[in-house]
Amino acid sequence: MWGNVTAELFKLVKRPANWLLLAVALVLGLLFTYVIPYAGYRSGTGGPTADRGLAAMIPAQLVGNSVAGLPVFLGAILVILGVLAVGSEYGWDTWKTVLTLGPSRLAVYAGKLAALAVAALAFVLALFVAGAAASLIIAAVEDQPMAFPSIGDLATGLGAGWLIAAMWTAFGVVLAVLLRGVALALGLGLVWLLAVQNLLAGLAAPLVDWIAQAQKGLPGPNAGALAAALGSTPDTPGVDALVGGSQAALVVALYLAGFLVAGALVLRRRDIL
Amino acid sequence: MEPIVTKGLTKRYGELFAVQNLDLTVRAGEVYGFLGPNGAGKTTTLRMLLGLVRPTAGTVLLNGRPPGSQPSVGALIEGPAFYPYLSGRDNLRVLARHAGVAARRVDVVLEMVDLSGRAGDKYAKYSLGMKQRLGVAAALLKDPRLLILDEPTNGLDPAGMADMRTMVRRLGAAGCTVLVSSHLLGEVQQICDRVGVIFRGRLVREGTVAELRGGADLRVVAAPLDRAAARARELLGAEAVTLADGGLNLAVGADRAGEINTSLVTAGVTVSELRTVERDLEQAFFELTGGETDVG
Repeated sequence: MWGNVTAELFKLVKRPANWLLLAVALVLGLLFTYVIPYAGYRSGTGGPTADRGLAAMIPAQLVGNSVAGLPVFLGAILVILGVLAVGSEYGWDTWKTVLTLGPSRLAVYAGKLAALAVAALAFVLALFVAGAAASLIIAAVEDQPMAFPSIGDLATGLGAGWLIAAMWTAFGVVLAVLLRGVALALGLGLVWLLAVQNLLAGLAAPLVDWIAQAQKGLPGPNAGALAAALGSTPDTPGVDALVGGSQAALVVALYLAGFLVAGALVLRRRDIL
Repeated sequence: MEPIVTKGLTKRYGELFAVQNLDLTVRAGEVYGFLGPNGAGKTTTLRMLLGLVRPTAGTVLLNGRPPGSQPSVGALIEGPAFYPYLSGRDNLRVLARHAGVAARRVDVVLEMVDLSGRAGDKYAKYSLGMKQRLGVAAALLKDPRLLILDEPTNGLDPAGMADMRTMVRRLGAAGCTVLVSSHLLGEVQQICDRVGVIFRGRLVREGTVAELRGGADLRVVAAPLDRAAARARELLGAEAVTLADGGLNLAVGADRAGEINTSLVTAGVTVSELRTVERDLEQAFFELTGGETDVG
């Protein structure tokens, strides 16, 4: 089992596309959470987030700021991570190369999931570290308080962020297993995350009551509610306190488990063609 | 215990039987050739042997155990497949970790397939032949006692093909059981102890190469030919005599050559050529498959 985990970690670390995804995530996260709001503050041009002002960019807001992107646009990057990690094995036909060497399908799958869990944690940690650096710089320049949230709050935020990140990664994994490849899994995953979720929340839910209620059981809105419970601003796309934080965490965890089990069942049963 | 035993092995896709009721036994230490036209069911069979494809019916036992639980089986199925962003060596390192094999084995197998000099290059930059050799290296990672190779010489140049044949023979001589699927009949003829021919999902013939080829014919060139043919028919029966290319092909063993020569000379026939003609595996294969090279 440990051999499968280290093999999968090796593949993740050595793959340039994964580093590109992390770089894009960090750039986007810093840009929309710190750089653009700070530029708006400095120029005094106002805008929809002007009321947040400096207070939203200081270290005390690190938890909410770091997980704010995970329900939608950073989540999309994690879906790509999951799809690439599993879908490429179909695209390159490497499932057969690995499995003919003897490890069981579920052992390889478990190794892959463990490696992706580590990657998701590293991803969220990187968001926190980059956010901490950016907020410290802003606080230092603007002579603002430099105190970070408590260790407990940081740990809770990190754990919740990891949960959301793992859930979206697992969503990518199960799509890749079901669709046995990268392209369609990636396309459908991103359409769901970036388009369908927004249409449901912005267009359908205000018009149809049962859709509004059904949203409370969907992964994206619950990820958004969890982020909101951790202090993410509702101005961020996908962040909305639709349900309480505990319920949101439970639903996200259930989706995570459901995706992993579904992927395992399908992978175990199907032929490797 | 036989390294490979299948009983009633069947794979059906909807109404199509890719493999049907296949009973296959590969004996310990032999090099077994698995022949068949494209689409006959060879690769599906090999994938079932390795647990990649689940049989619709029947059983597979490798060294008495079901597929997937074998510590000493290596395989190269339907061409090499590796991670293009990793070097050849890193690909093998990843596979060694999956297989639970010590990392030092990587350099050993790279040396065996003569790829050590290019092991640091990205797999994506490899030629087809280098990819094929890396595939064989991966199959050898676990120092297997049973090796399953699907078209192992695909993409190799003549020298590489010769090297591959030498390696397969060497592995067989060292006690490793090898199952080789190939469409190159000459290659199978050179390296295999026994051959199985699969056609439309069924094993239509199994035996040694000599058994499959059948006995040698006698070739006679003589004048006058019509008198020679008549005398040969009297002696051997009409069904054993065929007129071809200005001579006679006689379906009898070489042990009757002297008797035939004497008989023809006595009948006033001048014999200018009398020799044995070996049938090759290709002829036998085409007879078994009706000349088909693809199964639609």
